[in-house]
Amino acid sequence: MDRRNNIVATLDWITILLWLVIMTFGWMNIYSANIMDADNGILDFSQRFGKQLIWIMASIMLAILLLVLDAKFYIHFSYLLYFALIGILLAVLVFGKEINGARSWFVIGGFQFQPSEFAKPITALALANLMTSHNYNLKKFRHLAKAVAIIMTPPLLILLQPDLGSVLVYFAFILVLFREGFSANTMIMLMALGLLFFATLLMDKAVILLILVIVSLVLYMFVVRSFKKGLVNLVWFAGLFGVLSGLNHLFNAGLSLFLLGVVTLVPLGLTLVVKGFRLREYQQMKILAGLAVAIVFIISVDYAMNNVLKPHQRHRIYVTLGLENDPQGVGYNVNQSKIAIGSGGFSGKGYLKGTQTKLHFVPEQSTDFIFCTVGEEWGFLGTTFVILLFVGLLLRLIFLAERQRTAFSRIVGYGLVSVILVHFMINIGMTIGLLPVIGIPLPFFSYGGSSLWAFTMFLFIFLRLDANRLELLR
Amino acid sequence: MNPYRDRRYVFVAAIILVGLVLIVRLFQIQVLDKSYEQYALSNAQSIRVIYPARGLIHDRHGKIMVYNKAAYDIMVTPRLLEPFDTTELCRILKISREGVKERLATARSYSYLVPSIFMKQVSYENAALLQEKMFQYPGFYVQTRTLREYTRPIAAHALGYVGEVDQAILESDPYYQLGDYIGITGVEKAYEKYLRGKKGKQVFLKDVHNQTIESYQGGRLDIPVKVGANLTITLDANLQEYGEKLMSPYVGSVVAIEPATGEVLALVSAPSFSPELLVGRNLRTEYGKLVKDTLNPLFNRALMAQYPPGSTFKTIMGLIGLQEKVITVNTEHSCSYGFYVGSIHTACHLHDTPLNLIGAIQNSCNTYFIRVFQSILQDVKFNNTADAYDNWRNHLLSMGFNAPLKIELTNELSGNIPKSGYFNRIYGEGHWNYLTIRSLAIGQGELLITPIQMANMTATIANHGYYFTPHLIKEIEGVESIDQRFTEKHYTTIDASSYEPIVDGMELVVNGGAGSTARNAKIQDIIVCGKTGTAENPHGNDHSIFIAFAPKENPRIAIAVYVENQGFGTTYAAPIASLMIEKYLTGEVKRTWYENWVMKLLPPVAPAVRKDTISNVKNEANGPQE
Repeated sequence: MDRRNNIVATLDWITILLWLVIMTFGWMNIYSANIMDADNGILDFSQRFGKQLIWIMASIMLAILLLVLDAKFYIHFSYLLYFALIGILLAVLVFGKEINGARSWFVIGGFQFQPSEFAKPITALALANLMTSHNYNLKKFRHLAKAVAIIMTPPLLILLQPDLGSVLVYFAFILVLFREGFSANTMIMLMALGLLFFATLLMDKAVILLILVIVSLVLYMFVVRSFKKGLVNLVWFAGLFGVLSGLNHLFNAGLSLFLLGVVTLVPLGLTLVVKGFRLREYQQMKILAGLAVAIVFIISVDYAMNNVLKPHQRHRIYVTLGLENDPQGVGYNVNQSKIAIGSGGFSGKGYLKGTQTKLHFVPEQSTDFIFCTVGEEWGFLGTTFVILLFVGLLLRLIFLAERQRTAFSRIVGYGLVSVILVHFMINIGMTIGLLPVIGIPLPFFSYGGSSLWAFTMFLFIFLRLDANRLELLR
Repeated sequence: MNPYRDRRYVFVAAIILVGLVLIVRLFQIQVLDKSYEQYALSNAQSIRVIYPARGLIHDRHGKIMVYNKAAYDIMVTPRLLEPFDTTELCRILKISREGVKERLATARSYSYLVPSIFMKQVSYENAALLQEKMFQYPGFYVQTRTLREYTRPIAAHALGYVGEVDQAILESDPYYQLGDYIGITGVEKAYEKYLRGKKGKQVFLKDVHNQTIESYQGGRLDIPVKVGANLTITLDANLQEYGEKLMSPYVGSVVAIEPATGEVLALVSAPSFSPELLVGRNLRTEYGKLVKDTLNPLFNRALMAQYPPGSTFKTIMGLIGLQEKVITVNTEHSCSYGFYVGSIHTACHLHDTPLNLIGAIQNSCNTYFIRVFQSILQDVKFNNTADAYDNWRNHLLSMGFNAPLKIELTNELSGNIPKSGYFNRIYGEGHWNYLTIRSLAIGQGELLITPIQMANMTATIANHGYYFTPHLIKEIEGVESIDQRFTEKHYTTIDASSYEPIVDGMELVVNGGAGSTARNAKIQDIIVCGKTGTAENPHGNDHSIFIAFAPKENPRIAIAVYVENQGFGTTYAAPIASLMIEKYLTGEVKRTWYENWVMKLLPPVAPAVRKDTISNVKNEANGPQE
């Protein structure tokens, strides 16, 4: 009796309230997106809103069940759950049902369930267990490698299904590592490389090189604290490049501007290296090294894209990243989605009165594009409300995570924050044309039992851990 | 406590930043930018497609062969449906309540938004009745479409038919939408691009109750409908009809070509079927019946049946012999009931001997042409038999054999003239000679030729050495000229002068005295040049073949007639060709008794000619290969 009271008292009801509000508002929009002439009431279980109602009820039961379990259970069984997960992810590749070209579903008695959704909370638990093990130190390469292995194994298996959208979410766990002491410089470098990766796919290589050279020059000027030296190098670069491209033109060699640029940089770089060693100015050497790494990275990404990958794989990557239209027309989706949201205006057309979403102009309108219905029917007020709900939930979760006394609970908390943040950012970002179309749901909001259950599981495992924060775990 | 505790601020900042960016962007597209509301409005436009009437098809004299009749499809847009009086709808359309439910379910499963067909091709009366009460049935409307109608039930193979587009076409050609019609075979398919015209579009604006209120932007977005172009084809409807009538008791085909242009005058494949069967609602069931028919009426024998040419091929043997200068017009060979070398024997029938080239064609002497083949294959110009054979084969290729002629219709087969390599494989290199393959000399053995190739060969002889690719198109409305490939002369490798004695021989085949093999093809006042043939058929009775052109000077028609399983060429093929020529050149057939006899309807009533005919048949019966 004591224990139950304890839970009710220590449970974070603010989070639970936010969770309920998000789910309810999500369901209202799913209802709106799916009402047709054949409206048999909200308990019509052949319709999506009827089904979602079942999922919501079931997820509330799941939440209670998760709260009843002892918090230690999640710690002690985290590895076991993780290995069971790996087994299930392998099994789905063999026994799963293929839907929309991805073998990522189990079908049991009329119900479909997607194990990859559940991989996120379980991965977080396993990661937390690893990082709280004795003498664990993120700065040691072997230890870091173990963490990366735990994070990257499920997405590698999911990649085989293949479900690229779900895979990208796993990069969110890098944020958890960052919170736990992963080097900030390395983070910045990783992010820069990520940016460079997209730039290589999106832009002309010569332009990227030009930007890199300019950035390096500016950094160089800062380091050597001399505008003149920077200018001299710029003149050298421009002159040499001019001569080379002149020769290229004269002999009709047909070399690309990018190649000419790289060739120009070689003597310039060597001179600077020699100078740098002589004068022991190692700072500028770092800039050169960074530039060299960036150029090698561009060349290898380009090579991998054009020579290693097969055309259909390349196409898949481009489509997933939203860089190339797929036959169903990703461009069409985004356009229709923007029209639906944009036509909502300041206060929306009114609940159940949207035309764009209800008329099926918007695809996937109850799953990945549910935000369109909010935008059209509730207007700017509604969309801002949803964003504030999520921002509020995320900030609240950070607050909760920071008040934990154990690293285990904190890591699980930050895992939850990172995953929800990435989903929230990508999902809404794509519906308003800020980010490429990557088909992942809006947590607690989009239609779909697996996603709702998995996020509920994640949330309530963390809330259970949080409710136990006063007992000393480990 | 925790050294990296401050890093939480990075998270807090990132979350707030993401939230802010999203809100700013939403403010921009929802509040500042008004254009999205306009887009949404245009999404609420209603677009009505207007279907053009398909082009008409005329015969060469301008007579209409194919036209259109209106058909009414009841369309439904599930989104616009409101509760309606089902009983009355059932009564008007004569369907059951379950039928209505089922049809609505089908429409919903296709699309909630896009109109789909509720009921196909209802009668004019029902459509008019429904149209009157349309205000009671929001979501329904009547779509007018056109269906093909035929003035006469003929030329199904040449005209082809029109049907609904299938999935493959929908995916490959964006012009077509579900339920659209397209030419599936024949001229309908070949000239689909012209016949279909261009669909029009009317854009309306709708109010919140989905009522069409006005033409959108004063009709600026409307696309006017473009009616399909009318075609004039080369067929002579009367001749075609007559050919189908004559062939109705038989299996086989008739192809008639105008030699001076390559225009196909008649393209008969028997048994045929009425093109009216494959129209609209009945298409699927009727097509199924035709597929199951054991005589295979869907099989276009004129283009796809391949037979040995039989003795008609002797004309070609003569041409090649003359061209290679291994014979002259005066070369004579003697024949005594056949060709004998040692134990090798090919029978011939009783005729005068020795014969020169013209006489050999007139009498269709087997021995003579085996000798010609011998001369061709033993020609000292060539190193060996195989080289001489390949040279002989090249002459044949120049006449359009061994490859489809590429008339506009699909599925044309190529026939077969084997290469020397074929015999090398069978008999071994250097182990075969004219004796081994002597059956080729008289048009049997491995040779395969389609009826249209045979008609084309006849036209080539009529033209003394060239042909135009046989074609069906004469004129496309609004198009300057027909495809260039149909107006290009194809010369054979045989000089024009070589054709003269062959033509003379063919004249005698029909118009000569005793010994001529097809005197029953003779027409008063018209000089018909012809040649009989019999294709050996290992599966049953031989096939009767006759080729002819007329008149001898400035020929206007070249024809090939195939009658399957009816024995010698003279028996049925020659009279049919003769009647067709008479019909085409004089416009009517005076010899109705002969017509009836050919069609096995009546015994012949003109005794004099009958005797002539019978004596000819007897004459032929003496030799197994004429």
